[in-house]
Amino acid sequence: MSRRLLPSGEAALLVECDSLEEVLALHDALEAEPPRGVVELVPAARSILVAIDPAVIPLESVATWVRRIPAEPRSRAVGARSEPVTIPVAYDGDDLAATAALLAISPEALVARHTEAEWRVAFVGFAPGFGYLVSDDWPFEVPRLDSPRTRVPAGAVALAGVFGGVYPRQSPGGWRLIGRTDVSLWDPESEQPVLLAPGRRIRFEAIGSP
Amino acid sequence: MTRLRIEQPGALALVQDLGRPGLAHLGVAASGALDRAALTLANRLVGNPDGEAALELLVGGFRARFEGEAWFAVTGAWGSIRLGGRTIAPYTAAPARDGAVLDIGPAERGIRYLLAVRGGLDVPAVLGSRSRDTLAGLGPDPVVPGQVIDIGPEPAASLPIVDQDAAFPPPKDAVTLELHAGPRADWFTEDAHTALFETVWRFSEQADRIGARLVGPVLDRQRAGELESEGTVAGSIQVTSGGQPTILLADRPVTGGYPVIAIVARSSLDAVAQLRPGQGVRFRHA
Repeated sequence: MSRRLLPSGEAALLVECDSLEEVLALHDALEAEPPRGVVELVPAARSILVAIDPAVIPLESVATWVRRIPAEPRSRAVGARSEPVTIPVAYDGDDLAATAALLAISPEALVARHTEAEWRVAFVGFAPGFGYLVSDDWPFEVPRLDSPRTRVPAGAVALAGVFGGVYPRQSPGGWRLIGRTDVSLWDPESEQPVLLAPGRRIRFEAIGSP
Repeated sequence: MTRLRIEQPGALALVQDLGRPGLAHLGVAASGALDRAALTLANRLVGNPDGEAALELLVGGFRARFEGEAWFAVTGAWGSIRLGGRTIAPYTAAPARDGAVLDIGPAERGIRYLLAVRGGLDVPAVLGSRSRDTLAGLGPDPVVPGQVIDIGPEPAASLPIVDQDAAFPPPKDAVTLELHAGPRADWFTEDAHTALFETVWRFSEQADRIGARLVGPVLDRQRAGELESEGTVAGSIQVTSGGQPTILLADRPVTGGYPVIAIVARSSLDAVAQLRPGQGVRFRHA
């Protein structure tokens, strides 16, 4: 496992990893016991941004902490915290049949794999509350749409690349839509504004209609 | 209760405080006043806590009527400030009577005024802040004509006595900003690094609270390939595939896929908030 520490100004370090698995393991380790003065950990596909308050902790101390902390890549689905959240899904997305055809399986089989998998939120990207989900139980890679939709409704359950996701708000989007949920993923008025926060474990459950 | 009735918001009037830091992992940028020193100064001048909500006025052309009495202060950009037709000095606290009309003219120096009112703007907070995030569409909507904004209760602190001579307008000519190394400095050629520091860049019209483009020579990469999106900070200078640099600011996307060559030092970020299109920008090592 290798970590490269890259400079990111007076108040942050960018830690680059070799793989998403390493990012997940390192994120779990860093998040378990951050020293005072670490204000934020922002995971991404190959990196974690560690943002600090330099008035509380020197950047050098944070660099040493990040360099030395043990973290072994494990199963993708092992989240550092929380019980899995179950998201009920009506699998009637506009792209369900076409996506199943692309993967050379039946729509029923695609739904079965999607609901049997245990997912983990690897990081948030694209829009506030848009969690990128990964799973050891998900072997597929799904190409994005050639031309993105200008309007994807909130709650659309979607696939792109190796990732799963759910659109938190109505937005444009190029992911393939396989279903929809009524669960609120983004509520800025709430104590927990984002359901799909990094580290959280997720399961999908098929229902007749949401 | 004192209120501020907006007659003309000008180019863009946004409620801002010191933002909502610590939520980037959820995809939410810190946002907040672009010129943070101007916000805290305006608040201190009227005896508010540093992070009280104020109005960030782009360019000016703003007019509002006080309903009730209040002290206010205008900082940041430098231009004509009149209360009931009487000129008010910038960077000072002034009292407004019930019914007085405040006119803030086009900025002559800098581009963003901060208008603080004693008691602060009493608008609902979202995720712990009253700041408008223009990219995420979070926080109070942009101010519109006819809108009435409640002013909060008087703070405990009295009005401070300040030395008026301590005020400096934003510079008119080229500014020099300090840079730290960026995480992807090694993606760029030596010539690109030389050009970054030796060019007088032109601040472009494509500048807002999300980011500001600089016009100048192409910054060439010595490394091809794609970069996976990674966390950015306010001040990250990302370089597009065309070689043009953009300074990412308070409302930026929290992760970005363009390599970051350098990072504007925090002490220089407020100056970026006051740059006008066409103004010169130089960089030096922090």
